[in-house]
Amino acid sequence: MTPVQRINRGLSRVPAWPLYILSLVAPIWLLWQGQTGGLGPEPIKALEHELGELALKLLIVVLAITPLRNATGINLVKFRRAIGLIAFFYVALHLLVWLVLDVAILSQIWADILKRPYITVGMVGFLLLIPAAVTSNNRSIRKLGPKRWKRVHQWTYGAVILGAVHFIMVQKVWEAEPLIYLGIIMALLVTRLDLRVLRRAEA
Amino acid sequence: MAGRWKNDLGWDDVTPKAAWMNRRQIMAGGLAAAGLGAIGGTAHALEFQTTDFGEGLEPNSLEDITTYNNFYEFGTGKGDPAANAGAMEVEPWTVTVDGMVDNPGDYALDDLIGDMTLEERIYRFRCVEAWSMVVPWVGFELADLLNKIGVQEGAKYVSFETAVIPDVMPGVRRGVLDFPYREGLRLDEAMHPLTIMATGLYGEPLPNQNGAPMRLIVPWKYGFKSIKSIVRISLVEEQPDTSWNMLQAREYGFYSNVNPNVDHPRWSQASERRLGGGLFAGREPTLMFNGYEDEVASLYDGMDLAEFY
Repeated sequence: MTPVQRINRGLSRVPAWPLYILSLVAPIWLLWQGQTGGLGPEPIKALEHELGELALKLLIVVLAITPLRNATGINLVKFRRAIGLIAFFYVALHLLVWLVLDVAILSQIWADILKRPYITVGMVGFLLLIPAAVTSNNRSIRKLGPKRWKRVHQWTYGAVILGAVHFIMVQKVWEAEPLIYLGIIMALLVTRLDLRVLRRAEA
Repeated sequence: MAGRWKNDLGWDDVTPKAAWMNRRQIMAGGLAAAGLGAIGGTAHALEFQTTDFGEGLEPNSLEDITTYNNFYEFGTGKGDPAANAGAMEVEPWTVTVDGMVDNPGDYALDDLIGDMTLEERIYRFRCVEAWSMVVPWVGFELADLLNKIGVQEGAKYVSFETAVIPDVMPGVRRGVLDFPYREGLRLDEAMHPLTIMATGLYGEPLPNQNGAPMRLIVPWKYGFKSIKSIVRISLVEEQPDTSWNMLQAREYGFYSNVNPNVDHPRWSQASERRLGGGLFAGREPTLMFNGYEDEVASLYDGMDLAEFY
């Protein structure tokens, strides 16, 4: 048995459902830190930022699963649905913190969504994730058929790009970190383009 | 000359000394217990006059004031200045005074400001990022310093520069802004009695992350105008270049007066969050000129504040 086969066999014994329970740890930990001073004198901004960045990281992991399998044979597809849904959960919490704890003024929320480009971009990204989130179950795959289902889930490519752009737009100066995120995302998406073009060329 | 500024509060409005002394002792005691007394180092307490200015404002804790800073020379994270600024040597410190002044030169800091009478000014501090705090500064009026160096006829603006010490400033090495950091004021703004040079806070010398050994404080403007760790003061005829304006003129004007009616292009300035309120504090409405409208609005009579933001 090759090492890759051994890894895949080990992974096949690990169930995906504990990830949903584990996903609660980060938000609860952050809330507790915020309440006890661990997030500094401006805990709302810190909470907002941490949740957003965590969501972006998980979305990158989701995007990396297929290229990882193509490149190494290591197969994490089994965990993709859970990681994707957890990422969506964190994005929703990020939005909720902004709505309830940060701005909290209804008229200002609506004005911000329309007037502030970085919020508009973030909001469109969130909307693009919703169809994928609600169809992340076996019944939806059957109902939509694999082709249509896949197309709905490819909308998340746009959402992830918008997420990184949103992160870049919030900065006051050009920071390396959000640019690195965008670079990784674009690289992961480019591997998909190339593969499809290659496959078509082979056929 | 300290104490030139008078407000219309009387002695009846002043909290009895015993009450506020007690309050500060409690705060100081709490901070020392938390191991934060070391922030001030071994520095001796400053001698200063108390004033009734800022009565009714509750200062933020020393911890809030000294751990949540923007000082991009030391990094762009809010905690970076507290982590990195300690390596900056602030003694000896030389300040260059030049331009249209009677007494130009390179001054040892003590020769320049050693004879100033220090007083405490408790001011609101409003960042352009829409957070705010209240800080008990110790300093002297900039006007006193300008009078000492002798402003010549024809000078219309004062410009300032922050130290550039790449060895201890990771933000400078990375070039996150076009350093040296530059700021400027119109001469009448600089001479206004609310405008001070701060050398301390909470009765002790300024921690480095707050702009030691000497920084500007202009309480009715966004915080980035209040330039830190000043090494150059120039009197000039033309409006000087200022760092954030140079980077993004549409977002950061030369005046940058706190104004709830003129938004930053990317966020609203109508409200702000007071630091230290925890997760459920909510926002407070931002006050025109940061609450100093009565004192400073006349400086801008006839100006369209949406155009001169």
